[in-house]
Amino acid sequence: MIEQNVFGQEEQAVFALRSLYRTYGYSHYRMSKFEEYDLYVQNKNFLVSDRVITFNDVNGRLLALKPDVTLSIVKNATPPKGGVQKLYYNENVYRTTQGAVGYREIMQVGLECLGAIDDACICEVLCLAEQSLACLGEQTQLCVSHMGILSEVMEAVGFGAKERAPLLRCVAEKNTHGILQLGQQCGKTQKQIQPLLDLVECYGAPAKVLPALKQVMPTQKAKQMLCDFAAILEAVDRERLWVDFSVVQDASYYNGIVFCGFLAGVPERILSGGQYDYLTARMGKDMGALGFALYLDLLKGCNKEPTRYDVDAVLLYDKTEDICAVSACANELRAKGLCVLTQPTPPEKIRYRQLYQCKKGECVCLEANA
Amino acid sequence: MKPMLNIALPKGRLGERVYNMFEQAGFECPAIKENNRKLIFENEQAGVRYFWVKPSDVAIYVQRGAADIGVAGKDILLEYCPDVYELFDLQTGICRMAVAAPVGFRDDLRRPLRVATKFSKIAADFYASKGREIDIVHLNGSIEIAPILGLTDVIVDIVETGTTLRENNLEVVEEIVPISARLIANKAAFQFQNQAIERLVQNLKIQQ
Repeated sequence: MIEQNVFGQEEQAVFALRSLYRTYGYSHYRMSKFEEYDLYVQNKNFLVSDRVITFNDVNGRLLALKPDVTLSIVKNATPPKGGVQKLYYNENVYRTTQGAVGYREIMQVGLECLGAIDDACICEVLCLAEQSLACLGEQTQLCVSHMGILSEVMEAVGFGAKERAPLLRCVAEKNTHGILQLGQQCGKTQKQIQPLLDLVECYGAPAKVLPALKQVMPTQKAKQMLCDFAAILEAVDRERLWVDFSVVQDASYYNGIVFCGFLAGVPERILSGGQYDYLTARMGKDMGALGFALYLDLLKGCNKEPTRYDVDAVLLYDKTEDICAVSACANELRAKGLCVLTQPTPPEKIRYRQLYQCKKGECVCLEANA
Repeated sequence: MKPMLNIALPKGRLGERVYNMFEQAGFECPAIKENNRKLIFENEQAGVRYFWVKPSDVAIYVQRGAADIGVAGKDILLEYCPDVYELFDLQTGICRMAVAAPVGFRDDLRRPLRVATKFSKIAADFYASKGREIDIVHLNGSIEIAPILGLTDVIVDIVETGTTLRENNLEVVEEIVPISARLIANKAAFQFQNQAIERLVQNLKIQQ
């Protein structure tokens, strides 16, 4: 028997994830492959890649092969009054990725919560993010940050809007010497920007990191935000969750908690998400929004044990052989649980465990490999 | 078996200097000093594996996860913007990215400035920040010849002592950014090899 699940890693992951989200009562969101191009033009900084495949519809509308799912969900969201609409999706998106030649079709699974986002909702989504990673493998890490706290600290130590972009880049790179340099260029001493350096340098288990960070928060507002952040993480209480303020998202869309997930064997983040109320506001929607996406195409490059055989058995047959006898031979082998390929001649590029020949209705073994 | 820490070092004098620092930091691999053409060296006891890599490729190996950490010049990081952590400035391989021109050059603001460089992004970003329109001529080597032959007005290139410029009758007209060797880490590897990476960083900091 070939020791290999029929379904690929991505497909297995999709089944496990969909099952997980259903147990939390999330509804499956299905969408068309096409969306109005305008939606992406107006929110291109929210997209992973700003390159979009476009075409003209039969009535002249400019459409796009969707590069993203979240924007469509937000556009069509109808949360109940005072409540939260909870959706999950499993869709293919079309975009370029770094290093790839041209566009790719990428399987993306994720979930979105839209409406009256509260701490209970944030806690649930973080738990689901951590459990989603666990569906993909044993060694995982979820890193959590907060754009509001980061913004508050950057402002409190005296960095203005002009320094925001290069500063966030340094934070995302854990580049503390870069932050120091930027500080020097703005005439700030290390002591003045120390709270920001502490925020970047101090990462790890919430129980270890958050009490230490509370001591160095430069304003009462930052302290309070950190306390609220700590309360949520305490409720989540997951072993493979770290606080790490180098997790950064676009500050013009993301206002609160942001997070990303890693899987051992995958060289980049496989999960990304956060609270993005600023996006819904820009789209004219009076509702909060929180969600994450998993990039299952990254599982393709994951370390997998190489398979030794493509099929268990190849059954050769002579063209003069009775076709019923050939079929019976093949079915006899399949009844033993083998994967059987029938061919008139030995296949050159197929690796097989055993080679059989149908001779006058008898199944004769010609070759057996270990 | 202890998981190995995969380290990409730039081939050449910089890589050798950096290896000595790593050795002092407790990440020794004596085999790397043997005089041969091998490119991969392991020390199972220390849990470390080194590779010699073309300097401009270190960041690619690290970003793609083939190496957990590596050492790359700030020029490469600024030019290619790999998605990696930049954990430490090793304060070695110190030089600067600068604009150089023939001695006595005057910029004619009535037309775009022609710039020869290997570092197109760095040059474009620098002149964009100054609002100066430029025409980039991307070259892969011997950049200094370009203004001498009239191909371009200026060059954007790395300057160390300035000897090559002086010998070709060029001079630095503007410094863009200081350059030095940086320790970079793959973001995923940082999570799962965190203790080893942090130990290396702390031991490198002690040496400075």
